[in-house]
Amino acid sequence: MATVTQKQQLFGHAPSNHYLDASHGVMSWIFTLDHKRIAIMYMYGVIASLFLAGIFALVLRTELYTTKEWFLTSAQYNQMFTLHGAVMVFLFIIPSVPAIIGNFVLPMMLGAKDVAFPRLNLASLWLYWLGGIFFIVVLATTQLDTGWTFYTPYSTSKSNTNVIAATMGAFILGFSSIFTGLNFIVTINTMRPKGMTWFRMPLLLWGLYSTSIIQVLATPVLGITLLLLIVERTLKLGIFDPNYGGDPLLYQHFFWFYSHPAVYIMILPAMGVVSEMLAVHCRKEVFGYKFIAMSSVAIALIGFLVWGHHLFTSGQSDLTSLVFSAITFSVAVPSAVKVFNWLCTMYRGDINLSTPMLYVMSFIFLFGIGGLTGLWLGALSTDIPLHDTYFVVAHFHYVMVGGTMTALLGGLFHWWPKFSGRMYNEPLGKLFCFFVFVGFNLTFFPQFIMGSLGMPRRYHEYAEIYQIYHQASTWGAYTLGIGIFGAVMVLVYAWFFGRKASGNPWGAATLEWQCSSPPSFHNFEHRVIVSEPYDFASVVYDESVDGYVPVIPKRETTPNQQPATVPH
Amino acid sequence: MATTKVERDEYSALVDLEHNHEHDHAPFIAHHFYTAEQQFDSGKLGIWLFLVTEVLFFGGLFVAYIIYRYNRPEVFVDAHHHLDTLLGGLNTIVLLFSSLTMAWGVRAAQLGDNKTTAISVLITMVCAALFLGVKAVEYSHKWDLGLLPGDMFSYDPHAHHAHHMISNYLVMLCIPFAVILVATLIAAVLNLNTGKVLIGRFYGGLAITMLGFFAGVLVGVLWMAGAASEESHGSDAHAAVATDATARLVSFEVDDAAAKTPATTEASTTDAAATTPAVEHPVDKKLGVFFSIYYCMTGLHAVHIIGGIIALSWIFYRSLAAHWRSDYFGPVDYVGLYWHLVDLIWIYLFPLMYLIR
Repeated sequence: MATVTQKQQLFGHAPSNHYLDASHGVMSWIFTLDHKRIAIMYMYGVIASLFLAGIFALVLRTELYTTKEWFLTSAQYNQMFTLHGAVMVFLFIIPSVPAIIGNFVLPMMLGAKDVAFPRLNLASLWLYWLGGIFFIVVLATTQLDTGWTFYTPYSTSKSNTNVIAATMGAFILGFSSIFTGLNFIVTINTMRPKGMTWFRMPLLLWGLYSTSIIQVLATPVLGITLLLLIVERTLKLGIFDPNYGGDPLLYQHFFWFYSHPAVYIMILPAMGVVSEMLAVHCRKEVFGYKFIAMSSVAIALIGFLVWGHHLFTSGQSDLTSLVFSAITFSVAVPSAVKVFNWLCTMYRGDINLSTPMLYVMSFIFLFGIGGLTGLWLGALSTDIPLHDTYFVVAHFHYVMVGGTMTALLGGLFHWWPKFSGRMYNEPLGKLFCFFVFVGFNLTFFPQFIMGSLGMPRRYHEYAEIYQIYHQASTWGAYTLGIGIFGAVMVLVYAWFFGRKASGNPWGAATLEWQCSSPPSFHNFEHRVIVSEPYDFASVVYDESVDGYVPVIPKRETTPNQQPATVPH
Repeated sequence: MATTKVERDEYSALVDLEHNHEHDHAPFIAHHFYTAEQQFDSGKLGIWLFLVTEVLFFGGLFVAYIIYRYNRPEVFVDAHHHLDTLLGGLNTIVLLFSSLTMAWGVRAAQLGDNKTTAISVLITMVCAALFLGVKAVEYSHKWDLGLLPGDMFSYDPHAHHAHHMISNYLVMLCIPFAVILVATLIAAVLNLNTGKVLIGRFYGGLAITMLGFFAGVLVGVLWMAGAASEESHGSDAHAAVATDATARLVSFEVDDAAAKTPATTEASTTDAAATTPAVEHPVDKKLGVFFSIYYCMTGLHAVHIIGGIIALSWIFYRSLAAHWRSDYFGPVDYVGLYWHLVDLIWIYLFPLMYLIR
């Protein structure tokens, strides 16, 4: 019989009844209502999609190594980049951070037992699988060659590929996204325990809240647009197709009314993850907490008003373009607020160069470049020549991959002790982070150069002068591929063979670290002690638990100090 | 596995407090909520957010409506003559009344009066089905005339339309409802005979709902027959207006196309080739767009009515099972809010489609 203290039981190595062990069998996972298990199952799907679409990307880059057609015909090339984009956007990047990290840590950060609607949460997971099945159908049948944007009238009347299955899949995935967002908003509004005020919420929750607002307000418009596209293709309605009296520009407006805010669905939770990791690994209170929180909300709201910058060359009026260009610039303000606050947080911080911190620093660097090049594209005069060149491709990959995917990987490393109850291998984690950073820049920086030299996107063959950039890009893509694959393998190895982690190995002050690692089914075996999210004095290192434990606030029934003398 | 003895220390206080908290958990409160109030507030906020997504979902269609009506107002004015204002108005009244009974049901549930809730919800379901019945008559009538969406539009104002009493399309629309009616009737009788009162009454309620659908069909068919006989006497203004208007639009469109031709003399053969097919069937495509929007909007609304009937039948069952009490009536409230939204969307659709001036 072993003897432990209550402290060791609550905050030390995993208890015997943690969520992974609470019940057994495949059915206990498929029908689970536990937000943590749902997050883990999302993770399988999201990482599988990342690898699938990543392989497509490597095939594309390999084909582009030579100036002429090599092993893909132009039609196959079209299908390959369409599927790369569609799978990456709908199956990987939109669900990535909210569905994995959000689902797992959001209730725990709040101090709640679960999200507000556990069944709805499970339903959104099932819808994610169903949408994925539609994409597998697309892969197995005639594929897809419209580009991930499904522009009409090509998608409604010209393309011979399986547009209906793909749009149906995206439609279903949209509902998965809506349900997750709805669930998060309600959870954050009603499930906060006593003491968890709005401005005591960790910044990840502000990021997820802003994301959820966009998911709830923008995704239904995508839903109706894709539904109309499906009906248009089958019944020749004449809403988007000019052959039957429709307006293709209307489709682009509808599509980007969702898909531009969707860009912020992708990046806002990543920014939240970065804010969390930055504070913990710098052991310093986040600089400008309220500014970071409010800039998330501001980005979400302004993000609804800028969709027209995708239509600068589509034939909308000059005045409209001008207005959209001006509003586009204003998004840069809250984005810059975030970047400066992160830098100020790092300034004079006790920076621990762990793997998550290296991903955070990569994020800030890459997002900085991605964001600033966005301004060039938002300016009308520079957008006209740069439109539809590799410059655009490089820009959005810097934001999406350099931003969101980097933050996702960093977040997985940061919360891996919580997910699995085990620590990963730090040197290997850093090594593959290095591969990701170098590989990413080698892939996409040359694309900025060749884009500004006029290399158009979506081309299968190209002129000789671009070859050096394309070859560098291909080598970079392979390096990036090794980095991502290696990082995931480090995590997989840690899941089975890693050193056991205590409840709070990083010394973080947010509430999810007050649970054991991995957490029990109900998350908290004790009453949560709500403190400021970045008050690192609220936890102290304790050798007996091999990690940090919360400090119980001292209750003093009689004041120690002498009472002040009563003024006359 | 060796048992573990846990020694008390200063952290024990946290655990004891948590355990004391677990007791007052009523059976209807889910495990992750602390109080009934928290659970109700969560559900209420959730359903309101869901309604927001519904509004935006329909919003895309309303925007499409606005744009096409702004671009071609004359098409909308003329096309709306093909819609039957009286049947639309009847449906509006039916839905408004169903909102009243729904609100009544919510109030009864709040008071814990399960019987009144069940009756009110059943009336709401019957109204919903009646609405669908009338809609089925309207749709099948239009399909008979060739008033179809987009490219399939094949209405000819000058052709003589044989007026069947019962359209084939209408029969097809009725079949699923007839099947459900028979099935639920049998299930109701069997269950009531074997003493399973709760489930028997539930199936009985569903059968009554299906009868509501056929009542709607009957009303619609009788009205259509009346209108048709009046039209054959040449005294019905509305049908005459529709025919005249469409004919006018034909000539208008041809003039329009003719007027454009001189302007494009300089344009080469490609431009001419592009405009030529437009001259052949100018009206069809323009009016077809109106009907595209009409079918999309009313069709999506009808899908929501069907979804509403399914949700209401769940509430109906739980009312029969006497689940509601004054501190637990959330689901009735949530479905009620959804039903009011479905009603509200029709309140907008009716004037936008039927009452264009």
